[in-house]
Amino acid sequence: MPHSVASGGSPASHKDEELLPDAPPTENTADASELNGEDNIAKKTAGVKLEDLFNDEDDDDNEFPASSAPTDVKMENTTAPAQPPVEVDTETMLAFYQRLFPFRYLFQWLNHGIVPSPDFGNREFALTLQNDAYLRYQSYTTADLFRKDILKMNPSRFEIGPVYNRNPRDRKTLGSGQLKPLSKELVFDIDLTDYDDIRSCCTKANICEKCWAFVTMAIKVVDAALREDFGFQHILWVYSGRRGAHAWVCDPRARNLPDDRRRAIAGYLDLIRGGTQSGKRVNLKRPLHPHMNRSLEILKPYFAQTTLIDQDTFQSSEQAQRLLSLLPDKGLNDSLRKKWDSAPNRSSTSKWADIDALAKTGKSSTLNTTSLRDAKQDIVLEYTYPRLDSEVSKKMIHLLKSPFVIHPGTGRVCVPIDIRNVENFDPLSTPTVSQLLSEIDAWDAEHPGGGTAEGPEGEGSVPDGSDARGSRRLQDYEKTSLKPYIDYFRSFIAGLLKEERTGKRERNDEPAEVKTESMEF
Amino acid sequence: MIRQEFQRVDPKRRAILSHKKKQFAAPAFKQQDYPHRLNFYETPPTAEITLEQFEQWAIDRLKILAEIEACSYRNKTPAETTAHITPLLQKFLPLSSNTSSRDGAEDPRLKNERQKDHYSHFILRLAFSATEDLRRRFARAETMLFRFRFQADDSRERRAFIDGLSLDWESVSDEERREVAEHLVAATPGLRRSDEETWYKVDWEKVPELIERRTVFLSRGKAYVPEREQLSMIIAEFTTRLERALELTSRALPRLDEDDRLSPILNHLSKNFGSAESVYSEGEGFVDGAPITASSIDPLSQHFPLCMRSLHMTLRKNNHLKHFGRLQYSLFLKGIGLSLEECILFWRQSFKGFTDDEFNSRYKYNIRHVYGDVGGDVNRRGRGYPPYSCQKILQDSNPGVGQTHGCPYRHFSVDNLIGLLQSTGVNDRDLLRGVREDVEKTRYHIACNRVFEYTHKAEIKKAKEDGSASEIDLDTIVHPNTYFKRSYLLKQVGKSQRNA
Repeated sequence: MPHSVASGGSPASHKDEELLPDAPPTENTADASELNGEDNIAKKTAGVKLEDLFNDEDDDDNEFPASSAPTDVKMENTTAPAQPPVEVDTETMLAFYQRLFPFRYLFQWLNHGIVPSPDFGNREFALTLQNDAYLRYQSYTTADLFRKDILKMNPSRFEIGPVYNRNPRDRKTLGSGQLKPLSKELVFDIDLTDYDDIRSCCTKANICEKCWAFVTMAIKVVDAALREDFGFQHILWVYSGRRGAHAWVCDPRARNLPDDRRRAIAGYLDLIRGGTQSGKRVNLKRPLHPHMNRSLEILKPYFAQTTLIDQDTFQSSEQAQRLLSLLPDKGLNDSLRKKWDSAPNRSSTSKWADIDALAKTGKSSTLNTTSLRDAKQDIVLEYTYPRLDSEVSKKMIHLLKSPFVIHPGTGRVCVPIDIRNVENFDPLSTPTVSQLLSEIDAWDAEHPGGGTAEGPEGEGSVPDGSDARGSRRLQDYEKTSLKPYIDYFRSFIAGLLKEERTGKRERNDEPAEVKTESMEF
Repeated sequence: MIRQEFQRVDPKRRAILSHKKKQFAAPAFKQQDYPHRLNFYETPPTAEITLEQFEQWAIDRLKILAEIEACSYRNKTPAETTAHITPLLQKFLPLSSNTSSRDGAEDPRLKNERQKDHYSHFILRLAFSATEDLRRRFARAETMLFRFRFQADDSRERRAFIDGLSLDWESVSDEERREVAEHLVAATPGLRRSDEETWYKVDWEKVPELIERRTVFLSRGKAYVPEREQLSMIIAEFTTRLERALELTSRALPRLDEDDRLSPILNHLSKNFGSAESVYSEGEGFVDGAPITASSIDPLSQHFPLCMRSLHMTLRKNNHLKHFGRLQYSLFLKGIGLSLEECILFWRQSFKGFTDDEFNSRYKYNIRHVYGDVGGDVNRRGRGYPPYSCQKILQDSNPGVGQTHGCPYRHFSVDNLIGLLQSTGVNDRDLLRGVREDVEKTRYHIACNRVFEYTHKAEIKKAKEDGSASEIDLDTIVHPNTYFKRSYLLKQVGKSQRNA
């Protein structure tokens, strides 16, 4: 194993340069890529780093553990500090990029093909470094260069911007207005903070299963509209790592939309307008637009479950007061208020039922049943309809956090959400980075010799998963609970690429011709 | 590269001659006749006109465009705009319909009118294609002009014009229409039965306005548009074509540099298209001698217009403001002359409950950005953004959940607005009724001015009496910073007199 020199130096330098986490990985990856046995070394350095990190005090610095023996120890060490995943330190982050991050698939996703194209090369990435510096206009020609740079910079997260007409790195050499965004996925952002006034279980950055239901219903409504109304097919939903979800609409037609068309879609999907001061925030015309009708059908059961039972939204008297202010009939409101005042702890479900019950008794002579029904529909929508951050969707140049990066606050991986199974997605059981790393170690411990001798490594650098001997070497992510998510991502990309290939053949005719001509010069 | 360019030329425009012989060939141009009143301005004019005509026609059209833009900035309703523009159009740029003359489109008078319209459009294209900003404004104003004329057009002629455009709209078969009839009725407001209309099926991208307002049925990326919504489609088509053409013109513009007859005229024209946004010039909101520091904002806030006052009150109540609120308020504060250092101090003190580190990492950058201290290219960012005008606040902000920016007259419910006014000490019943009416008629700036006049009644009267009113002009206020300045100055007048 050609590791002795290259990796032997690294633990020492790590200890010396705690403050400059960038430097050592650079050397390592550079060395690694020069050697053909890249795999072994990459694996070794990753292992070392883990150890370095978790047993500082008893690090002997004189030898490497044989991969099989000390993994148990390592595992215990890694799980212990991972319990409250508050901050992800630089070493863990680096190990994640090296061993788990699916650079290759991310590349294929954005490149829309295997051969590097401007779709990837002119794409802007923005990195947030460990010292919180923000680096915009980064771009990479290939997956390998992308991986190398991420390993070098070790960003705490990075975001994806649009494809430009030129390489965004050259922007300073271009005149003003020369660098223009050409395309980007149409994106949507749902964030639970926008639901703070109607969720009673948590506030701010905290979430629980109960309030995640708001995100689930939002995803269903938006997804249905995008597919059925706009005819988009390739929609990737991604957990944002803490309290929300992003959608990436990747159809070629969506990617090329200019800003005003994006604004039109955002407006189409946007319903709840007005700030805290605007009173009734949903005032729909009748008959309901088909999109609203469908959304209402999707949302009704959620209103009954989430709003009325789980959140028990109207339980407090202020919220009940607000509910009354949304109802149209004064006489009915008075009798409702009287009833609710006499039973202060009445649940939301009963209160909601009271509206119809009292309306039926006919106490209020002015009551108009149609307007009451409409108002009730408006209320259901106001309390359940998706609250999108529409600014994100309106501009092509808006940057959005990449899938599969780690949320620095929670340590959770921003995994894709399988839309076919969106109800069962539980944000609190998505893998955290430290959990994943210990899973690799646990797997390696259980399968001594199974792939470890050959040294599995970061996914991005393997040319192909299959081995010459026929027995496929497992990649690191396959040993962890990240596997289903990456598998889903792969199948998503496969679907996208299939459409791209048929679409591209027509478009590619002309550029090919140009290429041959330019040879004549 | 060169041949690639050559390849891209639209086949219809491609020279039939070999390009080597081209320079000796006599130019062969398509003769223009104008069968319709309206024009999509697809083919550039080629006949000769005099330089005087060149300039005069352009200036006439420019007057119209400038007026149209001014109307939109003053937030006039379509009806008011029509009333304002119609006589001007008649004077500067008449365009009569075929029916107005016995000879129809053959009448030389109509021909001349249409020629002038056609030529002046293309001259202004040259003048306004230079910068992105000018292109956008020109396209906007031209689109409004086109819409205005299209709506006023005779329905038969309009139909002939549309048929002549050959747009690819797929019409919906009766069978398909019956299938989706229910959805069509539900999606299209003001429609009872789907068979009253002829329906077209177009890519939704062609009707963004209808999509955004959610007033069209949409299925699998196709919008089902009733015939009467043609306007929206035609307008969208007009704008896209014009924008594309302007982009092309701008690339051809450098070749015109050597022409010393046209360039000066064109330059002059584009400068005269005065930016309506520049109603507010830099430093205009500054009040000489007023001590403006972080600590003086609280007392000064009584002079703020309601939008800023509301932000200030929210800030004091929550010790926090969301992003767009901070942006709107910081720009305003910059406009009244608060320095960057004082502004940072002001926000630091206002955001209680944040540590210095949190404040510096989350908020400070944005404040500096507002002042043009950081961000973008040093040479291009200037001094940051100008403070928002009422126009900008009314049109561009649309506060979402938990946000407090925007214009209270527009974005608050009437009851909350009245509540807010009362909390600032405006209780007069007649006045509040007036405000209610204004808001219902969407005359938000009138409502705001009404409140201003009421709260400064005594001072305005005094100022008028002693003649100092000329210094403080009393036009309608269309900028929050003007509101502040005028309010402050008027109160000073009142004070100094009382002292005297």
